[in-house]
Amino acid sequence: MTMRVAVTVNGTEYARDVEPRLLLIHFLRDELGLTGSHWGCDTSNCGSCVVWLDGKPVKACTVLAAMADGRSVRTVEDLERDGQLDPVQEGFVECHGLQCGFCTPGMMMTARWLLDHHPDPSEAEIREAISGQICRCTGYENIVRSVRWAARKVRDTS
Amino acid sequence: MHYMQVPSHVEYERATSVEHALSLLSRPDTRVLAGGHSLIPMMKLRLAQPEMLVDINSLAELAYIRLDGGQLRIGALARHADLLDSAVVGDRLPIFHDAERVVADPIVRLWGTVGGSLCQADPSEDLSAAFAAARATAVIRGQDGDREVPVREFHLGPYETVVGRGELLAEVRVPVRPGTGSAYEKVARRVGDWSVAAAGAVLRLKDGTIAEAGLGLTAVGAEHFVAAEAEDFLRGRPATEDTFRGAATIAAGSCHPTADQRGPEDYKRHLVAELAARALRRAAERAAISAQRTATA
Repeated sequence: MTMRVAVTVNGTEYARDVEPRLLLIHFLRDELGLTGSHWGCDTSNCGSCVVWLDGKPVKACTVLAAMADGRSVRTVEDLERDGQLDPVQEGFVECHGLQCGFCTPGMMMTARWLLDHHPDPSEAEIREAISGQICRCTGYENIVRSVRWAARKVRDTS
Repeated sequence: MHYMQVPSHVEYERATSVEHALSLLSRPDTRVLAGGHSLIPMMKLRLAQPEMLVDINSLAELAYIRLDGGQLRIGALARHADLLDSAVVGDRLPIFHDAERVVADPIVRLWGTVGGSLCQADPSEDLSAAFAAARATAVIRGQDGDREVPVREFHLGPYETVVGRGELLAEVRVPVRPGTGSAYEKVARRVGDWSVAAAGAVLRLKDGTIAEAGLGLTAVGAEHFVAAEAEDFLRGRPATEDTFRGAATIAAGSCHPTADQRGPEDYKRHLVAELAARALRRAAERAAISAQRTATA
């Protein structure tokens, strides 16, 4: 049995007939082809699947697509606008914030949300913000530097 | 498409009002879906297989935190992050700020709800012991009205509560009294993990003597999440280190931890003794500050 689910993803409304048990991460990746968000641990531990739901980060492996019906979702694909990378993306490039890249989409969506609410976070605040996400490559050092870089860039150019 | 873990087939309804939710919940084999961070993983593992989910995330009327006379009223749909952000909670009942800092992780706290945590009734869940220590009351709504149940009688056992078919936990009420201090202390293996053990203390002091005491324990098999014998010991005694150590020793002896991947039984008892003493000490310090402020106000 399926139900009609209409979700505004990155500003565009998509409607699909899906099973109520379909997880949001699979809706985004397999129904809409938005494979930027990664499907990781499937237990809401690793945070590779973090997207925004109605403006707040959420682990999309632990949310049903049905719960997003009528709501808005923002994914990593929305960070770049008109060929211009988001400062968070630039920071990850400049400071080598990724190696294998698997955790990166979730890290960047959490970082963008953090900077929207705390434009100048301390290292401790950045580490706290990403504490529900796992990176097995960087030891987190370069991720923290990348977010600091993004915060400085916004401050210096505004 | 082949997925590793998906819930089994389930129906989904979104409640548009509390009345609508209650009517849906009167059907057999339904579960309330709020933050979903415990329920959906359990459904993936087939530990829960409801026929229908009733999504209450749109019920804004259940998402509030307010001080009302002598009590703090927390709507069941208040998110963990809301409790942590609430200045009045930090000021009057800091045990909930202590606990919320160590509930899951910041992303999960944005969606997970206070009511969901209580209703999940996981023996390792932090808020159950904190609410038990604070002698909170659960307000359960049904089609015939509200009934109030002390949080200490709310849990029937692991994953079981007194909330029946056709009912919904609507609110938790926590008494707020001058001269009261509270604290929560937890040891976990890593960020976001369940407690190996944790203790929450609520003390009301009068002229250096303990007038009222609540001591909650998490993840160590304490009946109703409380150390009742330790509470009896505390009441009427001076708020001193000896008293706190004595109560903590009683708490460690009267709980029933089991050995698992988080540690052996004796280690957990050791943690209870240490964490209960720390929580009592900090609660007493905060009670003294609260009393001072009341006196100078």
